[in-house]
Amino acid sequence: MTVREQLITVAILVAATMLTRFLPFAVFSSGKPAPRIVMYLGRVLPPAIFSMLVVYCLRSVDLMSDSHGLPELIAVLVTAGVHLWRRQTLLSIVAGTACYMILLQFVFA
Amino acid sequence: MSERRGQALTALKAAFPHTLPILTGFLVLGTAHGVLMSAAGFAWWWPLLTSVVIFGGSLEFVATSLLQAPFAPLQSLLTGLLVQARHLFYGIAMLERYKDMGRKKPYMIFSLCDETFSINCTVDVPEGVDRELFMFFVGLLDQSYWVVGSLLGGLLGDFIPFDTTGMDFAMTAMFIVIALEQWLKDDRHFSALSGLLCSLAALMIFGQDSFLIPAMALILAALLLGRGIYGGEGNAPGGDGSAPGGDGSAPGGEGNAPGGDGSAPVMEGSASGGEEARS
Repeated sequence: MTVREQLITVAILVAATMLTRFLPFAVFSSGKPAPRIVMYLGRVLPPAIFSMLVVYCLRSVDLMSDSHGLPELIAVLVTAGVHLWRRQTLLSIVAGTACYMILLQFVFA
Repeated sequence: MSERRGQALTALKAAFPHTLPILTGFLVLGTAHGVLMSAAGFAWWWPLLTSVVIFGGSLEFVATSLLQAPFAPLQSLLTGLLVQARHLFYGIAMLERYKDMGRKKPYMIFSLCDETFSINCTVDVPEGVDRELFMFFVGLLDQSYWVVGSLLGGLLGDFIPFDTTGMDFAMTAMFIVIALEQWLKDDRHFSALSGLLCSLAALMIFGQDSFLIPAMALILAALLLGRGIYGGEGNAPGGDGSAPGGDGSAPGGEGNAPGGDGSAPVMEGSASGGEEARS
């Protein structure tokens, strides 16, 4: 690929990204209210989206690998456990991440 | 003038702590992205360019491999749309919150990545802080972390002074915490369970590289079919109280066809794959 073609490719990727980000706002412009079904989806989607994103982040965990996904499972439980205990977002994230790094670098190394 | 500046400073100070998890996550992932591009032979300004104009982590990782392959505009477009399709959901969920952004609105929509969405969709802006400015700074701070990370990665190449293996879990942990909060806020749990089960089912059937679109189609179908569960207005999970409470009419009566069958196209195997952030 020439640099010119690479720049065109980047422009295409920008267009694709912006299409997905701007489309809902363009279709349901603030002039007239969005259809009720869309407002309903806007209200109820967030819990589903974040559950989906958790699965998305963990999608490449291989249960058949040497560690059988144990580091991920433990780190997820630690994150959730610390969060239920103290309800402090930053603390839960630091605890879960530190736990995962220790598991990967020392325990399952 | 100085009052405006004071307002902006207050909003910036209020927004910053909320972006700390993103700061860690983005510096690590952004640096990984820059390192990856520089290892692939791209000059230092390439990661800088993609993180400024695309600003979408997953796609930027995929872009590195696309840019090394033969020129394929149509495939690039389809890959871009597939990897980014989840932003359609974010937009729908943010229609209300971003309604009154005024001149900042185009940038707010441009910068609506996973992480900015996750903060701006769920946060309760503190009393006395300008809501619009707060959300604007969340977007701006998040993007600057990503840009700085990418630039560092591009400049440093593969010289990183300590072992960062596993640090990218910060992002996963953040989504876990938010998903948990959403779960606790919604005593019906229907939306969260739909998201979890539909995604797991799609992952098992379609595999990790192409499960996101089928998962989203399944989630939409589940939420549309289960509309009765969230019957009344104002019962929204994770709602910000901005739901129109005026009309107490039950949903389902309107003339819109629900279109519950997966209206999103299910395309398998065309996306060239997930990003590999771990080295």
